[in-house]
Amino acid sequence: MFENFFADPKTLLLGAITGLVFGFLLQKGGVTKYDVIVNQFRFRDFTVLKTMLTAIVIGAIGIYAMLQMGMIKGLSIKSAELAMNTVGGLIFGVGMVVLGYCPGTALAAAGQGSRDAIVGVVGALFGAGVYSIVYPSLARSIEPIGKFGKITLPEVTSINAWVLIAALTVIAVSLFIWLERRERRQPTSA
Amino acid sequence: MVGLFRQARWSPYLVGTGIGVLSWCTFYFMGKALGTSTSFVGAAGAGLCAVAPEQFSQNTYLLKEYGAKGGGFRPIFDWQMALDIALVFGALISAWLGRTLKVERVPGLWAERFGPSVLKRYAGAFAGGFILIFGARMAGGCTSGHGISGGLQLAVSSWVFFIAMFASAVVTAGLIFGFGARVRGGQEVVRV
Repeated sequence: MFENFFADPKTLLLGAITGLVFGFLLQKGGVTKYDVIVNQFRFRDFTVLKTMLTAIVIGAIGIYAMLQMGMIKGLSIKSAELAMNTVGGLIFGVGMVVLGYCPGTALAAAGQGSRDAIVGVVGALFGAGVYSIVYPSLARSIEPIGKFGKITLPEVTSINAWVLIAALTVIAVSLFIWLERRERRQPTSA
Repeated sequence: MVGLFRQARWSPYLVGTGIGVLSWCTFYFMGKALGTSTSFVGAAGAGLCAVAPEQFSQNTYLLKEYGAKGGGFRPIFDWQMALDIALVFGALISAWLGRTLKVERVPGLWAERFGPSVLKRYAGAFAGGFILIFGARMAGGCTSGHGISGGLQLAVSSWVFFIAMFASAVVTAGLIFGFGARVRGGQEVVRV
Protein backbone atom coordinates (compact mmCIF):
# COMPACT_ATOMS: atom_id res chain seq x y z
CA MET A 1 0.00 0.00 0.00
CA PHE A 2 2.78 2.44 0.80
CA GLU A 3 5.14 1.57 -2.11
CA ASN A 4 3.13 3.59 -4.64
CA PHE A 5 1.22 5.83 -2.25
CA PHE A 6 1.05 8.93 -4.47
CA ALA A 7 -0.49 9.24 -7.92
CA ASP A 8 1.52 11.15 -10.56
CA PRO A 9 1.87 14.93 -10.02
CA LYS A 10 -0.32 15.86 -13.01
CA THR A 11 -3.25 13.80 -11.68
CA LEU A 12 -2.82 15.33 -8.23
CA LEU A 13 -2.64 18.85 -9.65
CA LEU A 14 -5.86 18.32 -11.66
CA GLY A 15 -7.57 16.88 -8.57
CA ALA A 16 -6.44 19.84 -6.48
CA ILE A 17 -7.71 22.38 -9.04
CA THR A 18 -11.07 20.58 -9.17
CA GLY A 19 -11.27 20.57 -5.37
CA LEU A 20 -10.42 24.28 -5.12
CA VAL A 21 -13.19 25.20 -7.57
CA PHE A 22 -15.68 22.77 -6.00
CA GLY A 23 -14.95 23.97 -2.45
CA PHE A 24 -15.17 27.60 -3.55
CA LEU A 25 -18.57 27.01 -5.18
CA LEU A 26 -19.98 25.04 -2.22
CA GLN A 27 -18.99 27.77 0.23
CA LYS A 28 -20.33 30.58 -1.97
CA GLY A 29 -23.56 28.62 -2.29
CA GLY A 30 -24.00 28.47 1.48
CA VAL A 31 -24.36 24.68 1.41
CA THR A 32 -21.41 24.43 3.80
CA LYS A 33 -23.72 25.67 6.58
CA TYR A 34 -25.37 23.25 9.02
CA ASP A 35 -28.57 25.32 9.17
CA VAL A 36 -28.93 25.50 5.37
CA ILE A 37 -28.52 21.73 4.94
CA VAL A 38 -30.75 20.68 7.84
CA ASN A 39 -33.44 23.23 6.94
CA GLN A 40 -33.69 21.69 3.47
CA PHE A 41 -35.05 18.53 5.08
CA ARG A 42 -37.46 20.62 7.17
CA PHE A 43 -38.60 22.29 3.90
CA ARG A 44 -37.64 25.71 5.24
CA ASP A 45 -34.69 26.43 2.95
CA PHE A 46 -34.45 25.01 -0.57
CA THR A 47 -30.85 26.04 -1.31
CA VAL A 48 -29.59 22.43 -1.34
CA LEU A 49 -32.25 21.16 -3.75
CA LYS A 50 -31.93 24.22 -6.04
CA THR A 51 -28.13 23.78 -6.20
CA MET A 52 -28.20 20.03 -6.77
CA LEU A 53 -30.98 20.01 -9.37
CA THR A 54 -29.32 22.84 -11.31
CA ALA A 55 -25.99 20.96 -11.26
CA ILE A 56 -27.71 17.74 -12.38
CA VAL A 57 -29.61 19.37 -15.27
CA ILE A 58 -26.65 21.43 -16.53
CA GLY A 59 -24.29 18.50 -16.03
CA ALA A 60 -26.60 16.00 -17.77
CA ILE A 61 -27.00 18.19 -20.87
CA GLY A 62 -23.23 18.58 -21.24
CA ILE A 63 -22.27 15.00 -20.48
CA TYR A 64 -24.87 13.42 -22.78
CA ALA A 65 -23.99 15.92 -25.53
CA MET A 66 -20.29 15.10 -25.23
CA LEU A 67 -21.10 11.38 -25.17
CA GLN A 68 -23.15 11.67 -28.35
CA MET A 69 -20.42 13.66 -30.12
CA GLY A 70 -17.81 11.12 -29.05
CA MET A 71 -15.90 13.67 -26.99
CA ILE A 72 -15.89 11.37 -23.96
CA LYS A 73 -15.37 7.63 -24.02
CA GLY A 74 -18.28 6.63 -21.81
CA LEU A 75 -20.12 7.17 -18.58
CA SER A 76 -18.64 6.60 -15.13
CA ILE A 77 -21.41 5.31 -12.90
CA LYS A 78 -21.83 3.16 -9.82
CA SER A 79 -23.27 -0.32 -9.95
CA ALA A 80 -26.99 -0.65 -9.17
CA GLU A 81 -27.17 -2.82 -6.06
CA LEU A 82 -30.65 -1.79 -5.10
CA ALA A 83 -30.66 -3.10 -1.51
CA MET A 84 -27.24 -1.56 -0.80
CA ASN A 85 -28.18 1.72 -2.56
CA THR A 86 -31.44 1.95 -0.60
CA VAL A 87 -30.21 0.92 2.85
CA GLY A 88 -27.03 2.96 2.39
CA GLY A 89 -29.12 5.97 1.38
CA LEU A 90 -31.39 5.58 4.41
CA ILE A 91 -28.37 5.41 6.75
CA PHE A 92 -26.71 8.32 4.93
CA GLY A 93 -29.81 10.50 5.43
CA VAL A 94 -29.65 10.01 9.20
CA GLY A 95 -25.95 10.92 9.24
CA MET A 96 -26.52 13.95 7.03
CA VAL A 97 -29.02 15.46 9.47
CA VAL A 98 -27.12 14.55 12.66
CA LEU A 99 -23.80 15.83 11.31
CA GLY A 100 -25.47 18.53 9.24
CA TYR A 101 -23.01 18.16 6.37
CA CYS A 102 -22.28 15.54 3.74
CA PRO A 103 -18.70 14.29 3.19
CA GLY A 104 -17.77 16.99 0.64
CA THR A 105 -19.51 19.86 2.41
CA ALA A 106 -18.02 18.78 5.76
CA LEU A 107 -14.52 19.25 4.31
CA ALA A 108 -15.54 22.59 2.81
CA ALA A 109 -17.21 23.66 6.08
CA ALA A 110 -13.95 22.88 7.90
CA GLY A 111 -12.30 25.40 5.56
CA GLN A 112 -14.72 28.18 6.47
CA GLY A 113 -14.07 27.68 10.20
CA SER A 114 -16.76 25.18 11.29
CA ARG A 115 -14.90 23.21 13.96
CA ASP A 116 -17.73 20.70 14.37
CA ALA A 117 -17.23 19.70 10.72
CA ILE A 118 -13.64 18.66 11.53
CA VAL A 119 -14.96 16.37 14.28
CA GLY A 120 -17.45 15.02 11.73
CA VAL A 121 -14.62 14.23 9.31
CA VAL A 122 -12.78 12.34 12.08
CA GLY A 123 -15.99 10.39 12.81
CA ALA A 124 -16.28 9.68 9.09
CA LEU A 125 -12.74 8.25 8.98
CA PHE A 126 -13.64 5.89 11.82
CA GLY A 127 -16.85 4.98 9.98
CA ALA A 128 -14.85 4.16 6.85
CA GLY A 129 -12.45 2.00 8.87
CA VAL A 130 -15.26 0.06 10.51
CA TYR A 131 -17.02 -0.34 7.14
CA SER A 132 -13.94 -1.94 5.61
CA ILE A 133 -13.93 -4.44 8.49
CA VAL A 134 -17.62 -5.39 8.24
CA TYR A 135 -17.86 -5.26 4.43
CA PRO A 136 -17.30 -9.00 3.80
CA SER A 137 -20.49 -9.90 5.71
CA LEU A 138 -22.52 -7.25 3.84
CA ALA A 139 -21.08 -8.51 0.55
CA ARG A 140 -22.42 -11.97 1.34
CA SER A 141 -25.84 -10.95 2.70
CA ILE A 142 -27.19 -7.67 1.28
CA GLU A 143 -25.07 -6.86 -1.77
CA PRO A 144 -26.46 -9.60 -4.05
CA ILE A 145 -30.08 -8.40 -3.52
CA GLY A 146 -31.22 -6.40 -6.54
CA LYS A 147 -27.79 -6.36 -8.16
CA PHE A 148 -28.13 -5.18 -11.76
CA GLY A 149 -24.71 -3.67 -12.51
CA LYS A 150 -24.02 -0.33 -14.14
CA ILE A 151 -27.42 0.49 -15.57
CA THR A 152 -28.92 3.87 -16.46
CA LEU A 153 -32.51 5.14 -16.49
CA PRO A 154 -32.59 5.37 -20.33
CA GLU A 155 -31.58 1.68 -20.54
CA VAL A 156 -34.08 0.52 -17.94
CA THR A 157 -37.05 2.54 -19.21
CA SER A 158 -36.14 2.34 -22.93
CA ILE A 159 -36.82 6.08 -23.06
CA ASN A 160 -34.30 8.18 -24.97
CA ALA A 161 -31.87 9.99 -22.66
CA TRP A 162 -32.79 13.36 -24.20
CA VAL A 163 -36.46 12.82 -23.45
CA LEU A 164 -35.59 12.07 -19.81
CA ILE A 165 -33.27 15.09 -19.61
CA ALA A 166 -35.97 17.32 -21.13
CA ALA A 167 -38.52 16.01 -18.60
CA LEU A 168 -36.07 16.54 -15.75
CA THR A 169 -35.38 20.08 -16.96
CA VAL A 170 -39.09 20.91 -17.13
CA ILE A 171 -39.66 19.49 -13.63
CA ALA A 172 -36.67 21.36 -12.20
CA VAL A 173 -37.53 24.71 -13.81
CA SER A 174 -41.21 24.45 -12.78
CA LEU A 175 -40.14 23.67 -9.23
CA PHE A 176 -37.73 26.63 -9.21
CA ILE A 177 -40.40 29.04 -10.49
CA TRP A 178 -42.89 27.78 -7.89
CA LEU A 179 -40.30 28.06 -5.08
CA GLU A 180 -39.20 31.57 -6.08
CA ARG A 181 -42.81 32.79 -6.18
CA ARG A 182 -43.51 31.23 -2.81
CA GLU A 183 -40.36 32.68 -1.24
CA ARG A 184 -41.22 36.14 -2.55
CA ARG A 185 -44.59 35.89 -0.82
CA GLN A 186 -43.09 34.64 2.47
CA PRO A 187 -39.56 36.03 2.60
CA THR A 188 -39.00 34.80 6.17
CA SER A 189 -39.30 31.14 5.26
CA ALA A 190 -35.98 31.10 3.39
CA MET B 1 -15.70 40.31 -11.58
CA VAL B 2 -13.68 40.89 -8.43
CA GLY B 3 -16.88 42.21 -6.83
CA LEU B 4 -18.55 38.86 -7.56
CA PHE B 5 -15.83 36.93 -5.72
CA ARG B 6 -16.20 39.26 -2.74
CA GLN B 7 -19.90 38.57 -2.38
CA ALA B 8 -20.76 36.54 0.72
CA ARG B 9 -23.27 34.37 -1.07
CA TRP B 10 -24.09 33.40 -4.65
CA SER B 11 -27.41 32.33 -6.11
CA PRO B 12 -27.90 28.54 -5.90
CA TYR B 13 -28.60 28.56 -9.65
CA LEU B 14 -25.20 30.13 -10.36
CA VAL B 15 -23.45 27.69 -8.00
CA GLY B 16 -25.35 24.72 -9.45
CA THR B 17 -24.42 25.81 -12.97
CA GLY B 18 -20.80 26.12 -11.86
CA ILE B 19 -20.82 22.59 -10.44
CA GLY B 20 -22.47 21.28 -13.62
CA VAL B 21 -19.81 22.91 -15.81
CA LEU B 22 -17.09 21.67 -13.44
CA SER B 23 -18.39 18.14 -14.01
CA TRP B 24 -18.08 18.61 -17.81
CA CYS B 25 -14.44 19.60 -17.25
CA THR B 26 -13.60 16.64 -15.01
CA PHE B 27 -15.15 14.28 -17.57
CA TYR B 28 -13.57 15.85 -20.63
CA PHE B 29 -10.11 16.75 -19.35
CA MET B 30 -9.60 14.15 -16.63
CA GLY B 31 -11.95 11.26 -17.46
CA LYS B 32 -13.28 11.46 -13.90
CA ALA B 33 -16.63 12.02 -12.20
CA LEU B 34 -16.81 14.30 -9.16
CA GLY B 35 -16.85 12.31 -5.92
CA THR B 36 -15.52 12.70 -2.40
CA SER B 37 -16.25 9.76 -0.11
CA THR B 38 -14.01 6.97 -1.48
CA SER B 39 -10.96 8.83 -0.20
CA PHE B 40 -12.25 8.52 3.36
CA VAL B 41 -11.81 4.76 2.84
CA GLY B 42 -8.33 5.36 1.43
CA ALA B 43 -7.29 7.54 4.37
CA ALA B 44 -8.78 5.18 6.97
CA GLY B 45 -7.29 2.18 5.13
CA ALA B 46 -3.83 3.76 5.09
CA GLY B 47 -4.15 4.31 8.85
CA LEU B 48 -5.24 0.72 9.45
CA CYS B 49 -2.47 -0.65 7.23
CA ALA B 50 0.11 1.43 9.11
CA VAL B 51 -1.10 0.07 12.47
CA ALA B 52 -1.80 -3.55 11.53
CA PRO B 53 -0.37 -4.32 8.09
CA GLU B 54 -0.90 -8.10 8.34
CA GLN B 55 -4.65 -7.78 8.90
CA PHE B 56 -5.44 -5.02 6.47
CA SER B 57 -3.15 -5.41 3.47
CA GLN B 58 -5.49 -8.19 2.28
CA ASN B 59 -8.73 -6.47 3.34
CA THR B 60 -11.51 -7.28 0.83
CA TYR B 61 -13.01 -3.79 0.84
CA LEU B 62 -9.72 -1.90 0.55
CA LEU B 63 -8.80 -4.14 -2.37
CA LYS B 64 -12.24 -3.61 -3.92
CA GLU B 65 -11.82 0.19 -3.87
CA TYR B 66 -8.06 0.49 -4.29
CA GLY B 67 -6.87 -2.83 -5.76
CA ALA B 68 -4.52 -2.51 -8.75
CA LYS B 69 -5.04 -4.69 -11.81
CA GLY B 70 -1.79 -6.57 -11.35
CA GLY B 71 -2.37 -7.17 -7.61
CA GLY B 72 -1.55 -4.95 -4.65
CA PHE B 73 -2.86 -1.40 -4.33
CA ARG B 74 -3.12 1.53 -6.73
CA PRO B 75 -2.12 4.91 -5.23
CA ILE B 76 -4.21 5.88 -2.19
CA PHE B 77 -3.24 9.54 -2.49
CA ASP B 78 -4.94 9.95 -5.85
CA TRP B 79 -7.02 12.44 -7.85
CA GLN B 80 -9.90 12.35 -5.37
CA MET B 81 -7.70 12.61 -2.26
CA ALA B 82 -6.13 15.76 -3.74
CA LEU B 83 -9.65 17.02 -4.51
CA ASP B 84 -10.84 16.36 -0.94
CA ILE B 85 -7.93 18.22 0.62
CA ALA B 86 -8.29 21.10 -1.84
CA LEU B 87 -12.01 21.37 -0.95
CA VAL B 88 -10.95 22.74 2.44
CA PHE B 89 -8.80 25.43 0.82
CA GLY B 90 -11.32 26.31 -1.89
CA ALA B 91 -13.91 27.00 0.81
CA LEU B 92 -11.32 28.88 2.88
CA ILE B 93 -10.53 31.20 -0.06
CA SER B 94 -14.24 31.74 -0.78
CA ALA B 95 -15.01 32.51 2.88
CA TRP B 96 -12.00 34.82 3.15
CA LEU B 97 -12.94 36.79 0.02
CA GLY B 98 -16.59 36.95 1.06
CA ARG B 99 -15.70 37.86 4.67
CA THR B 100 -17.68 34.88 6.00
CA LEU B 101 -14.67 33.14 7.55
CA LYS B 102 -15.79 32.43 11.11
CA VAL B 103 -14.87 29.97 13.83
CA GLU B 104 -18.05 28.12 14.76
CA ARG B 105 -18.31 25.17 17.12
CA VAL B 106 -22.07 24.89 17.62
CA PRO B 107 -24.33 25.83 14.68
CA GLY B 108 -27.35 28.03 15.50
CA LEU B 109 -30.05 25.48 14.74
CA TRP B 110 -28.28 22.77 16.77
CA ALA B 111 -27.94 25.16 19.73
CA GLU B 112 -31.64 25.99 19.50
CA ARG B 113 -32.50 22.31 19.87
CA PHE B 114 -29.67 20.88 22.02
CA GLY B 115 -28.22 23.89 23.81
CA PRO B 116 -24.82 25.55 23.52
CA SER B 117 -22.69 22.59 24.80
CA VAL B 118 -19.66 22.15 22.53
CA LEU B 119 -19.04 18.62 23.82
CA LYS B 120 -22.58 17.56 22.98
CA ARG B 121 -22.26 19.00 19.47
CA TYR B 122 -18.90 17.31 18.90
CA ALA B 123 -20.33 13.97 20.08
CA GLY B 124 -23.24 14.43 17.64
CA ALA B 125 -20.89 15.45 14.82
CA PHE B 126 -18.63 12.43 15.42
CA ALA B 127 -21.58 10.01 15.46
CA GLY B 128 -23.15 11.76 12.45
CA GLY B 129 -19.92 11.54 10.46
CA PHE B 130 -19.54 7.87 11.34
CA ILE B 131 -23.11 7.03 10.22
CA LEU B 132 -22.77 9.21 7.11
CA ILE B 133 -19.73 7.43 5.70
CA PHE B 134 -21.03 4.01 6.64
CA GLY B 135 -24.15 4.76 4.60
CA ALA B 136 -22.18 6.31 1.75
CA ARG B 137 -19.93 3.29 1.41
CA MET B 138 -22.85 0.87 1.51
CA ALA B 139 -24.65 2.86 -1.19
CA GLY B 140 -21.46 3.24 -3.24
CA GLY B 141 -21.25 7.03 -3.07
CA CYS B 142 -22.32 10.23 -1.36
CA THR B 143 -24.05 13.46 -2.29
CA SER B 144 -21.37 14.29 -4.86
CA GLY B 145 -20.54 10.86 -6.32
CA HIS B 146 -24.12 9.60 -6.38
CA GLY B 147 -26.23 12.74 -5.93
CA ILE B 148 -24.57 14.97 -8.49
CA SER B 149 -22.30 12.82 -10.71
CA GLY B 150 -24.52 9.76 -10.81
CA GLY B 151 -27.69 11.83 -10.95
CA LEU B 152 -26.54 13.78 -14.00
CA GLN B 153 -25.53 10.56 -15.79
CA LEU B 154 -29.02 9.21 -15.07
CA ALA B 155 -27.61 6.20 -13.18
CA VAL B 156 -30.27 3.97 -11.60
CA SER B 157 -28.13 3.43 -8.46
CA SER B 158 -27.81 7.18 -7.89
CA TRP B 159 -31.49 8.05 -8.23
CA VAL B 160 -32.40 5.19 -5.85
CA PHE B 161 -29.80 6.51 -3.39
CA PHE B 162 -30.98 10.12 -3.78
CA ILE B 163 -34.63 9.27 -3.05
CA ALA B 164 -33.76 7.01 -0.07
CA MET B 165 -31.36 9.61 1.35
CA PHE B 166 -33.83 12.47 1.00
CA ALA B 167 -36.73 10.52 2.54
CA SER B 168 -34.59 9.36 5.45
CA ALA B 169 -33.22 12.86 6.07
CA VAL B 170 -36.75 14.35 6.11
CA VAL B 171 -37.89 11.77 8.67
CA THR B 172 -34.74 12.21 10.78
CA ALA B 173 -35.07 16.01 10.73
CA GLY B 174 -38.74 15.63 11.69
CA LEU B 175 -37.91 13.33 14.59
CA ILE B 176 -35.21 15.67 15.87
CA PHE B 177 -36.78 19.07 15.22
CA GLY B 178 -40.49 18.19 15.06
CA PHE B 179 -42.67 17.56 12.04
CA GLY B 180 -44.34 20.59 10.55
CA ALA B 181 -43.70 22.73 13.61
CA ARG B 182 -43.60 25.97 11.73
CA VAL B 183 -43.19 28.21 14.76
CA ARG B 184 -40.07 27.88 16.87
CA GLY B 185 -37.66 30.35 18.39
CA GLY B 186 -36.69 33.14 16.06
CA GLN B 187 -37.78 31.26 12.95
CA GLU B 188 -41.49 32.16 12.94
CA VAL B 189 -43.11 31.76 9.60
CA VAL B 190 -46.28 33.76 9.28
CA ARG B 191 -48.63 32.34 6.70
CA VAL B 192 -50.51 35.11 4.96
